[in-house]
Amino acid sequence: MTLNWFKLASPASFYPIAGRLIPAFWILTALLLVVGLYWGFFQTPDQLGGSNPQREYYRIIFIHVPSAWMSMWLYVVMVGWAAIGLVFNTRLSFMMANAVAPTGAIFTFLALWTGAFWGRTSWGTYWDWDPRLTSELVLFFMYIGYMALHSAIDDTRRADRAAALLAIVGLVMVPVIFWSINCPDPTQCAALHQRSGLGRVDGNILFAMLIMTLAFWMHSFATIFMRLRSIILTREADSQWVRELLNPEDRT
Amino acid sequence: MKPRQKRLAFVGLAILGIGAASALALTALQSNISYFFSPSQVLANEAPPDHVFRLGGLVTKGTVTRQQDGLTVHFDVTDNAETVKVAYTGILPDLFSEGKGVVTKGKLGPDGIFYADEVLAKHDEEYLPPEVASTLKTAHAEGVIQAAEANGTGASN
Repeated sequence: MTLNWFKLASPASFYPIAGRLIPAFWILTALLLVVGLYWGFFQTPDQLGGSNPQREYYRIIFIHVPSAWMSMWLYVVMVGWAAIGLVFNTRLSFMMANAVAPTGAIFTFLALWTGAFWGRTSWGTYWDWDPRLTSELVLFFMYIGYMALHSAIDDTRRADRAAALLAIVGLVMVPVIFWSINCPDPTQCAALHQRSGLGRVDGNILFAMLIMTLAFWMHSFATIFMRLRSIILTREADSQWVRELLNPEDRT
Repeated sequence: MKPRQKRLAFVGLAILGIGAASALALTALQSNISYFFSPSQVLANEAPPDHVFRLGGLVTKGTVTRQQDGLTVHFDVTDNAETVKVAYTGILPDLFSEGKGVVTKGKLGPDGIFYADEVLAKHDEEYLPPEVASTLKTAHAEGVIQAAEANGTGASN
């Protein structure tokens, strides 16, 4: 059986599909959040040992790291849809990119916010212009800029294309954030963050972190599809199927 | 070329260009150590005199001393080649300890002591419970001892 992608790419047929998927994604989000938070709070050590003796506050990473991952991943997703929209001129892909941006911005904000609290206790500062913190802040501005530019242009099709170009240019930040800290020697490392190696993380901590990441991912799907549905309705307000959907008795 | 292929080529080229820009920025960031100066650079007078700058390195073991007032701390920062003495008045961050990475911000005094207004500790990528971390350490030490013994017996044979 071959899926008819072009049929799925039409807003009219994706609208009901998204509607059916949203409850499933919310249920998955709730389940994963419960498991992830339980595991993070009760199955992990109260204190870290060895060369990194952080106390209880290290548990902020169960929110911080998944948000930071999602902030970068959602930007890639947004640029992907924007690029597809630019190349194939499909309406739904631009709407998808539009729907992704606020969720991505919120996760970027969460990563910066939780990182500030964690940094105050462990590093000794809320904020410092270290390469990773600075590039993550720029990513936040990219999301804001994308949304601002889109809303500043009245013609939706022009707004889509202009904002898509801006998003593609902003893609430069994602690898910079990701690789800005890989330095093996702490005396040479020009950053407060250290090289992130999942191999040196305790199994329980890693499990909670990955479950939380999945939870955030499912949450992104749910919120993005909800936003997408309202964008579809707004943009297709003049079309026959939306009018039929809103006023079933009008059908003749 | 069809318009669609043209647009595809355009977007592809744009993404390639962005990738190149990103790679350039990353190499620049990696060779750019002006986020902080190492003790060797400070002693080579590469750091700006009479200006606030960051000094980074490892806290030398056994050099952390507190003054009578209980707030002013003295310690040495090293990059395993050179050492700079640091004086700091204030609360040290949780992860500050001897032998660990530190980034300090302040001015170099005429007496060669770095007077810091801010001391930041660097954390480690190791997220292990204390028991596991200590077993790893003892296991490593035992391994070293065993290896030494094996070498010793090997040499005597």
